[in-house]
Amino acid sequence: MTDDYEHYEAVVVGAGPGGAAAAATLARNGIETLVLERGVDAGSKNVSGGLLYAEESSPYTIDELFPGFRDEASDREVTEHYIHNVAGRDVKTFDLGDLHHHDTEWADSVLRRKMDSWLAREVHEMTRETGGGLLTEVRVNGLLREGAEIVGVTCDELDPIRADVIIAADGVNSELARDAGLMDWEEPEEWFQGVKAVVDMPEGAIEDRFNVDEDEGVAHLFSGDLFRNVRGGGFLYTNDQSLSIGTVFHLDSIADERAEPQQLLDNLLTHPLLADWLGDEYDELEYSAKLVPDSKKVAHPSPYRDRLLLVGDAAGQMQAQGPIIKGMNHAVTAGALAAEAFVDARSRGDTSAAGERYVAKLENEGVMDKLRPTRYKTLGKLGEVGPVASAMNAVTDSALGRAAISALGDRAESLFNSPFLMGMLPDTRMGYVTVPTVIAEELGAPVEGVNTIEPPELDDRIGDLTYDIDEGNPHIELRDNSFAASGTAVTACPVSAKDFGGGCYRDEYVGTNGSEEHVVSLDTQPCVECGTCAVVADTDWTHPRGGKGVEYEQG
Amino acid sequence: MHSVVLTKGVPDFREGQVSFDEDGHLERGKTPTVMNPNDRHALRAALQTKVRNEGSVSLMSMGPPGYMEVLQEGMRDVYADDLYLLSDREMGAADTWATAMTVATGIQKLDDPPDLVFAGFKTADGETGHTGPQTEWCLDMPLLTHVISLDIDEAEETLRAKRLVEGDVEEIETVEAPLPAFVVADPEFEPTYRRADHRLKHKDLRETTRDRADEFGEYLDDDTDLDPTDWDRFTMWNHEALNLDPDYIGLDGSPTIVAGVDPIPKAPSEREATVVDPDDDAAMEGVVEELAPYAGGD
Repeated sequence: MTDDYEHYEAVVVGAGPGGAAAAATLARNGIETLVLERGVDAGSKNVSGGLLYAEESSPYTIDELFPGFRDEASDREVTEHYIHNVAGRDVKTFDLGDLHHHDTEWADSVLRRKMDSWLAREVHEMTRETGGGLLTEVRVNGLLREGAEIVGVTCDELDPIRADVIIAADGVNSELARDAGLMDWEEPEEWFQGVKAVVDMPEGAIEDRFNVDEDEGVAHLFSGDLFRNVRGGGFLYTNDQSLSIGTVFHLDSIADERAEPQQLLDNLLTHPLLADWLGDEYDELEYSAKLVPDSKKVAHPSPYRDRLLLVGDAAGQMQAQGPIIKGMNHAVTAGALAAEAFVDARSRGDTSAAGERYVAKLENEGVMDKLRPTRYKTLGKLGEVGPVASAMNAVTDSALGRAAISALGDRAESLFNSPFLMGMLPDTRMGYVTVPTVIAEELGAPVEGVNTIEPPELDDRIGDLTYDIDEGNPHIELRDNSFAASGTAVTACPVSAKDFGGGCYRDEYVGTNGSEEHVVSLDTQPCVECGTCAVVADTDWTHPRGGKGVEYEQG
Repeated sequence: MHSVVLTKGVPDFREGQVSFDEDGHLERGKTPTVMNPNDRHALRAALQTKVRNEGSVSLMSMGPPGYMEVLQEGMRDVYADDLYLLSDREMGAADTWATAMTVATGIQKLDDPPDLVFAGFKTADGETGHTGPQTEWCLDMPLLTHVISLDIDEAEETLRAKRLVEGDVEEIETVEAPLPAFVVADPEFEPTYRRADHRLKHKDLRETTRDRADEFGEYLDDDTDLDPTDWDRFTMWNHEALNLDPDYIGLDGSPTIVAGVDPIPKAPSEREATVVDPDDDAAMEGVVEELAPYAGGD
């Protein structure tokens, strides 16, 4: 180690909404801030479902930090929100307006490439004024330590950099959080996995087909028997000129059911309910995937170590409020609070206190209670225990349960709109599959539409993505290639599938000395860097070097 | 730290850009002129010096007024600061020696004498590779050729460079020279920016020089009355401004004598071919017999 490393007061890693909020707050307070982003452009490595909330109760919203945000960086204000309970062709739709509007100042549909790259330009201008700036194509690969203390970051493309504070907003696959021992990738039940298709819409089609004005948008959610028994659901959001259609499932459920994410997405895309919205021409602009932390389990109660503060996905800060998912807004709040904590600590001459102050702010501003509701801790955990969950499923799916739901009728809609209830529900099959299916069967009616679209095959989806392959530097290494240890990657990986040879993972039978071995083979070329395999298989997983790997155009 | 980079406009030899007449001669009028590709390596080396050591980069060329667009390209794409064009009819048809004489005089006329002069490794049209070293001879500076990386020690006023030995990528030597020095950048030259502040400066330069190049572009528009020589970052000198005797520059000052030019033979437009059915064993054996001598077999 040498002492002549570059030094910045603050280094922010990752230029998503959490990093941008942190950097903007630091720069506004005159802090020399360097922002390091590994994509060729901010947003090129990011994917989101696509709804960004501004909460009334939050101390920070993105448009307060970045005036002009909603005009320049987001798509449509989503004013209507529905959930469709599906059983075969039978559908019962509930209006989720009350839940959607609860504590909501506004909610906009966004596409991450457009949004993040706009934020990055703003952030660069702001941070440049304080002697820092934003650099793309720089991958921060670890923490710089002095003895045991974290004092900076190390990078692939730059020499080590010291900093008084490091704000890690480097996403769900945060290498800094793992380096600091604040996150691991051991348990599939701690994660969701989302896949998404961005679908092009002809001019005027969104207004006509969704019955909205030019500047208005709508959100549709889907649950029931569309997705076999996999716990999770689907979504459709209207963007300016496209739709974001995707699915989000508990990763343990995907792994257990040997489900293939792209097929589950296709189940949604080809359902008759979507026929009128999609029309006859289906033009998929981009297929993408992302791992999402289940904050109820992994939102870190103390997301800091030494000078390192974690925000957003890196700290597990993603709230599943029943069917509504809120992640980016919490990243924004946390990013600004982390910056604020450093500014406070610095003004008192003790920058080492930033972490403690950050934790206190997360608690005092109510962020932690949203992420890990106390009421969930009791009922949720109880409900997720296997035998109890099975019993609940059995009751709900029984004649008695069906009768109860039938008697409940449309009053069930009001239950779906209870933030209190949605915050405490256990993540069992009952909520995602059984109850919605029974509701559709008992209360729903068959949809009329005929869906004729044919989603692209997986190889076409892979082929349409842009990759910059880092020849000779694979970012994934299979530590154990036996099917028993790593076979789940074949089905759970969003760009791999059983009986498909062109994906990231494939299974093979290798004959050796008269015996046959079932193994997994890896080809990292089509990797979309979601990190799923790092959880469900035995791998060494890192991000590719800066700018390398997949480049999302939509995100 | 002031660097001067020498550049030349060459025909754009990329596919689809180059035009030939019926006799196979290059039609310069129909082929766009672009910056010699190797000069970009020289500019990148100069830019690296500017970013790491502060200072400025001047881009200099000798040629017709049309080269102003080449200079603008250098400003837009490789971030040159000031542009110099040495141009008049007396300088026309110069060989490498007359060019070197003229360019060296231009460099000596600069108000701010350069600490470094950079040249690319030969031009895409002439390919002699002489002009840079001949200019260096006129300037009487240390010459470092095939340079692939360099560091400046401002306190010691020295340059330390890695260079390929006789262009061999397998053999690299490290050399040191006092400033001012003349550097010929090898195509293998790769600028490195391992500090964040260097990358941030680089990003700033991209913005500022592109804006500046766009401004110069307004002076170059066909339908403008603006005089490019009025633009504050561009200077054009003729032989009188450089105080050069026409007998020692241009065609008259060129000792090179071209004895003759052999046209490149055209590729035959048609070849005789015999279609062989792969299922016809006898015919396929005949193919093998035909190929065997070329494969060194029997």
